[in-house]
Amino acid sequence: MSSPVISVNNLSAAYQKNTVLRNVNFEITPGSLTAIVGPNGAGKSTLIKTMLNLHPSLTGEVQYFGLPFKKVKKRIGYVPQRGSVDWDFPTDALDVVTMGLYGEVGWLKRPSKSHKKQAFEALEKMGMGDYANRQISQLSGGQQQRVFLARALVQNADLYFMDEPLAGVDAATEIAIMETLKKLNAIGKTVLVVHHDLQTVEDYFDHVLFLNKTIINHGKTEKVFTKDNITRAYGGNIRILGGGI
Amino acid sequence: MTYTAWIIVTASLVGMSCGLIGVFLVLRKTAMMADAISHTVLLGIVLAFLVTKEVSGPAMLVGGIFAGLLTAFLVQWLHSLDVQHDASMGIIFTTLFAIGVILISTSIGNAHLDIQHALMGEITFIPFDKVSLPLVGEVPRATLLLFIVFLIVLFFITAFYKEWKITSFDSALAVSIGIPAIAMHYLFMSLVSITTVASFDAVGAIMVVAMLITPASSAYLWTDRLVVMLILSSIFGILSAISGYYIAYWIDTSISGSMAFSTGLIFMFSFIFSPKHGIISKYVQPIKNL
Repeated sequence: MSSPVISVNNLSAAYQKNTVLRNVNFEITPGSLTAIVGPNGAGKSTLIKTMLNLHPSLTGEVQYFGLPFKKVKKRIGYVPQRGSVDWDFPTDALDVVTMGLYGEVGWLKRPSKSHKKQAFEALEKMGMGDYANRQISQLSGGQQQRVFLARALVQNADLYFMDEPLAGVDAATEIAIMETLKKLNAIGKTVLVVHHDLQTVEDYFDHVLFLNKTIINHGKTEKVFTKDNITRAYGGNIRILGGGI
Repeated sequence: MTYTAWIIVTASLVGMSCGLIGVFLVLRKTAMMADAISHTVLLGIVLAFLVTKEVSGPAMLVGGIFAGLLTAFLVQWLHSLDVQHDASMGIIFTTLFAIGVILISTSIGNAHLDIQHALMGEITFIPFDKVSLPLVGEVPRATLLLFIVFLIVLFFITAFYKEWKITSFDSALAVSIGIPAIAMHYLFMSLVSITTVASFDAVGAIMVVAMLITPASSAYLWTDRLVVMLILSSIFGILSAISGYYIAYWIDTSISGSMAFSTGLIFMFSFIFSPKHGIISKYVQPIKNL
């Protein structure tokens, strides 16, 4: 087996005094497409944020490609929840995607024509070429999510974290996003997705990570996506699989 | 230059610096930090005076930056200890301001610094206190300070334009691609501080908040582009400054009060007539779409 892309050792995190993550341990194999699932408040977003140094950890460490986060920042792309930014910000779709390249542009420099071209191509890949100059508040929720995905694409990372990219989007966007994720996967990229819809897990993801403040189970979808694990993660009040329990 | 011309130049410099800074205050949703800092810089100015024993430009700027950063830092610190963000802001800035007020009345005596002046400013006296510059000639001290601060603000806003944009829109992304959002936040707070300090003489601590927030909020209603918003906000700042001066002259009242009132008039006009976000457009648009 190849060495893991991510290894998380004993990670814990808290919001003020409430522990949200407890002793989380797992490893992610290269080229996998993993769903992180769990009930509300299970710490799914916190897990991602803590892994990306956006939230402080209490204990533990995370390594990427065998290295600490700071050394591999540029190989990691992050798509936050759509609601985490102000969509009334005075800017257009192309500009938001171009922001994904700011790290590459460098200090005191403006994005060049080739940066803009890359950004436009990423928008086209997400079927958003016609909306490049549209003010972002004029886009639908699904279109905004596609802009975020396009922004992640231009970052050309090896590893992607996505926080609920399918939440509240239309069916066409859901298909477009999943096709994009599968394409990324096919060229060897590793993708972790916080996912809320248990009905689509088996169709979309090859790995599942059940989280409820700590890891409940983690592995290949066909092995661990069982009624038993779902009940353990969600605590029994679930009516999804096969008409419910 | 005539007395009136100096006042207008001075007020316009306030309008431009505040207009530029204000855009990012509004977009970063930290408008009330301006209110806090506009009060706490008083402490910075008093401390600068106690150290240097004079009310000089550079010392005041340094004192202002110190007080501004102290405010931003303490607010963040208190918030991290479970105090609500707005409450920690209220606690910190009133406390630091109070220390400034106490120091003024106990340690300063008859210096060119009093609470009334600090709160309301007095632009009418500005043209009398001049310094001599090579080539340019005599220039009011406060105007020179404002000009230097305007250049600093303009430099930082344009040089780090894309960094301001990304940290304002999505600071998580900024951090993940290696742009130090926290350092940018403190740099921004420093810019707010020096703008406030320099505008102090002209409009005072209370009115500077109007100059910082209202022109930017008006500009926000007119455009969907950040560059245009920056330019419009500066123009609105200048318009408020000039019209405020003439309103004050016309009805013989406080200049700084009139300027702040003008920013409100421009906002009201924008709020009613702006083509995209104005009240009228909300009634007109459905007809256009038929």
